[in-house]
Amino acid sequence: MSTHDNTSHDLEVRDGHTSLDRFEDPGHPEHKPRLGDLDPKANKKAERQVLFLFGISVLGTIGFVIAYFALPPGDTANSMRTSNLALGGALAFALLGIGTGAIHWAKALMNDHEKSEERHLQASDAETREAAVNALKDGADDSGISRRGALKGAVVTAVALFPITIALPLIGNIGEDWDVSKLKHTMWKKGTKLARDPSGRPIKASDVTIGSVFHVIPEKLEEAEHPLDEKAKAVVLLVRLDPRDIKSEQGEGWSYDGIIAFSKICTHVGCPVALYEQQTHHLLCPCHQSTFDVSDGARVVFGPAKRPLPQLPITVDDEGYLIAQSDFHEPVGPSFWEREK
Amino acid sequence: MSTTTTPTPLGRAAAGTADYLDQRTGLGVAVKTFARKIFPDHWSFLLGEIALFSFVTLLISGVFLTMFFVPSMAETHYTGPWDSLNGVQMSEAFSSTLRLSFEVRGGLLMRQIHHWAALIFMASIVTHMMRVFFTGAFRKPRELNWVVGFTLLILGLLAGFSGYSLPDDVLSGNGLRITDGVIKAVPIIGSYASYFVFGGEFPGQDLIPRLFTVHVLLVPALILALIGLHLLFVVLHKHTQYPGSGRKDTNVVGFPLFPIYVAKAGGYFFTVFGVIALMAATMSINPVWNYGPYDPSPVSAGAQPDWYMLFLEGSLRLMPGGAEFVTWGNFTVSLNVIIPAMIVPGVLFTLLAVYPFVEAAVTGDKREHHVLDRPRNRPFRTSFGVAVLVAFFILVLAGSNDLIATHFHLSINDITWVFRVLFFVGPWLAFIITKRICLGLQRKDRELVLHGHETGRIVRFASGEYIEVHKPLDAHERWLRVQHDNIRPLEIEPAEDARGVRRKGYQVDRIRQRLSQVFYEDRVEPVTPSELAAAHAHGHGEHDEIAADSHEPAQVGGGTHLVEPEGETTTDGRNPQV
Amino acid sequence: MKALAARRHDRRAPIVLLLLALLLTGGLYAVLAPTSADAAPAAASTDDVKAGEKLFQANCATCHGPSAAGTQSAPSLIGVGAAAVDFQVGTGRMPMQMNGPQAPVKPVQFDDEQTAQLAAYVASLGAGPAIPTADQVDPAKGDAANGMALFRTNCAMCHNAVGAGGALSRGKFAPNLWETTPTHLYEAMLTGPQSMPVFGDTNLDSEEKRDIIAFIDQQGEATPGGLDLGSLGPVSEGLWAWVVGMGLLIGAAVWIGAKSS
Repeated sequence: MSTHDNTSHDLEVRDGHTSLDRFEDPGHPEHKPRLGDLDPKANKKAERQVLFLFGISVLGTIGFVIAYFALPPGDTANSMRTSNLALGGALAFALLGIGTGAIHWAKALMNDHEKSEERHLQASDAETREAAVNALKDGADDSGISRRGALKGAVVTAVALFPITIALPLIGNIGEDWDVSKLKHTMWKKGTKLARDPSGRPIKASDVTIGSVFHVIPEKLEEAEHPLDEKAKAVVLLVRLDPRDIKSEQGEGWSYDGIIAFSKICTHVGCPVALYEQQTHHLLCPCHQSTFDVSDGARVVFGPAKRPLPQLPITVDDEGYLIAQSDFHEPVGPSFWEREK
Repeated sequence: MSTTTTPTPLGRAAAGTADYLDQRTGLGVAVKTFARKIFPDHWSFLLGEIALFSFVTLLISGVFLTMFFVPSMAETHYTGPWDSLNGVQMSEAFSSTLRLSFEVRGGLLMRQIHHWAALIFMASIVTHMMRVFFTGAFRKPRELNWVVGFTLLILGLLAGFSGYSLPDDVLSGNGLRITDGVIKAVPIIGSYASYFVFGGEFPGQDLIPRLFTVHVLLVPALILALIGLHLLFVVLHKHTQYPGSGRKDTNVVGFPLFPIYVAKAGGYFFTVFGVIALMAATMSINPVWNYGPYDPSPVSAGAQPDWYMLFLEGSLRLMPGGAEFVTWGNFTVSLNVIIPAMIVPGVLFTLLAVYPFVEAAVTGDKREHHVLDRPRNRPFRTSFGVAVLVAFFILVLAGSNDLIATHFHLSINDITWVFRVLFFVGPWLAFIITKRICLGLQRKDRELVLHGHETGRIVRFASGEYIEVHKPLDAHERWLRVQHDNIRPLEIEPAEDARGVRRKGYQVDRIRQRLSQVFYEDRVEPVTPSELAAAHAHGHGEHDEIAADSHEPAQVGGGTHLVEPEGETTTDGRNPQV
Repeated sequence: MKALAARRHDRRAPIVLLLLALLLTGGLYAVLAPTSADAAPAAASTDDVKAGEKLFQANCATCHGPSAAGTQSAPSLIGVGAAAVDFQVGTGRMPMQMNGPQAPVKPVQFDDEQTAQLAAYVASLGAGPAIPTADQVDPAKGDAANGMALFRTNCAMCHNAVGAGGALSRGKFAPNLWETTPTHLYEAMLTGPQSMPVFGDTNLDSEEKRDIIAFIDQQGEATPGGLDLGSLGPVSEGLWAWVVGMGLLIGAAVWIGAKSS
């Protein structure tokens, strides 16, 4: 690499010598004494201040002990707050007293003459380096590894392979059954009643008035083997629009008389899309502001989501309860690699 | 270890202990080397200490918390003093957090100390990192320590994220849901990676216990080990020092470890802990009883992670949605998640991590540096750092866009659009502005060295001319402003040698030269003695001549797009030696 | 006299006079102008509906139409019920200052009697939700735990976990609930004002609404941990960590590094 050292060479010829045209370090500045160094009264005053600060700390600790016994957290937010404030405030005094005391002592009373220490190059000197290299060479010669290629390859192979014995059971078990096809199905089936979240009471079509929104779970969710896992895929948002306002749906006959149900799991990264703006018919996800138009098949109108919320096909049973016609027709929630397969 | 006066009982005990240890460990060597080791004194060297001491605070408060927290997702029903949650079904993790906050004396205080300390830990790491960056403390021999520090930053993020997710509340649980969504977006292995982390489908039963192990064992162990390495390097390399009289690359000027820094640093530990305790006593943080136990259905307005993760949140919010597509073969590639959650942070962090190595390669600088740079003297580096900071800051603001909307009565959609644009324009503008500021400050320094301080005293000569008297800088003031290295762009050997044969390796050299021009072409060079002498000579006795001088103006950068050469050393009669 | 004359033609005189005139006009207007367009001073009319109709015609008909059937600017009020009017007028949202999707709270323009008259009139136009009774909105009778569970699922995403308020799209927002009276809380749930969905009695029944009111009522109390910093979550906590925490600590660091005098 032929490049020059590119710090400046401001060479100057003077009296026949060339010297670097740079200023020279003027050396350490004069030491300025503190007031306490010159005036013994000021020194005594500083010492008293340090003593005072340590005293504050002791008072803080005593205050803490008193507060601990005298101010239990109690049953009300107010009593808890008082306890927290008293304990914390006393602790703060206990700590800050020591801190400020020690620092003030160092600043005002301890010797403040600057000192200088030499630095040496980080690299070891040439002798040491040579000795190190020779030590390694001698060791390698003793082992004979340079002559025995097969040994070298064998030890590397063995050591590289053995971690499999730890990795395999760890990784193999850590993902439960590794059955990622579960991501494509939810608990909704033909005939599953739509129920209120979190009470679980089924919803009648007549309960749903125009402009209202219901947070929905499948009926009998609590009887599932893993209720929260199922809920994380099955939550649904139910709204009622004037049928004339519905511009499009994701499937023919999937809504019932203006009552329309969509998956509540955002297709961006999975937050519950719960904000329903009644007048604009927009569903807003509070996490990253993906906005879906409920009157237009829940297509994305703003934000980082790409796909519309999957629609749950619904109808009513003979008692008037809202039921699902089937599971969703696509996987709910955020996208993953094999989603479309 | 003998004393000339009669030893006190304490003194005898100390001497006895020292002798016992020395006989078994050879401790005398360490004490001799380290007791009076010199460390330089500057407040900005304490920023790393804030990180260290807040970490110790985290350890102390954390141990307390582990005595009461139950890292389990098993279901239970809450019975306790908090009315709004009475009888509610929740995980053991959430329930034990409530018990810790409401029924354990000092429990809420410890929880709040722990969480405030975590926020300060990350804030101080960032501030310390910025100090190291802007003063060039990452140069040889400290490049490895920069990498160690950078790793500590990432580990800190992991520690914080795993920690605030432990109570299993709605806010942090939604954060975990988002994390699951991001993991699923990884091509090919995404859904398997999701099963890996959560032990099956989200939320599963394994997540909180796993996070607990990560948060309490794995990450703290790694952090402790790396902090040890980080401090070992500081001892090995000795601490850097700011430029000043008497401070060279070959010395350390400051105060001895014992007693000055034992007192100052020890005192600072108590101060850091004390300030955190004060905050925990007076300011509520992470009130999980308001959010409720995690359930995949509810979510609260103002759903954000802790501040140090906001850059990821903002990145996710700003990305437009159109970028997801399905490939041939029906595979889904979610670029709308991959870009903001993986590529953008990846790029920003990689830029930070590799910067020291890029700068060293571009400078061709191979010597050790122990005297720090004043940020104005390295305009490219300073501007680059400010640009990256501005990019991060815009992402943080974007992550808070709903709060900005409600507080300033703005449309959240408009705010998002503004930040989308600012994310690209902001850093670019910040770079340009910072560079101009640096060059301007350097020019001011030159002015000051050449002409001295303005005193405000006006002198009128018999001829009728008025001049302002300038007080020349003393040697110490001047040294501070002229001591820095004058780095010029690389000069390389020509493309063809003397006989016209093209030189191998020229292309690589040319790239390096171009890079070094980007770094160093815009510069203001430090004043040299000959320039100062010339300025004085012109000042002397030629008060009427305010014409252009006859000597070469100092090199103030090459190229056509730079600093004006005129005006730097033009005579103006401002330095009569009064 | 001469002194006065000497000062009479000051350059600034016209400006001062203009300011005085403006002040006078404004002051007179504020004093004499009706606080609301009373079509007639409150005469001894016993028919609230009729009085409400008069108020309606004077203050609301321009946007809602002379028969309250709605216009392009505002929706029909037939069937919204007394509860909706009591809420909108009682919180000052109506009459709206500027047409738009967000009707912010502002100073109430009608007194209780006038509000009741307006409500009676609108209720007479078509059956709709009625103003709740005191019993229905009494926080002491509600179960705060159930209220929190319901609030968490149905309300927190717009109004924030404790009702501090939150952002909607395009400049709209869900307001803070701490200053709202229990009656207005009930009415808002019942009628679904502006962007808010309707939570009719078939969605959240009367007792569930009261539970929610009990929960919100508790949110005004002290926070166990200290200052609540607006109950806005991690963003404000992060801001204070930097401002207070790093501010104090960097201040301490500067103190440590400074030379002692």
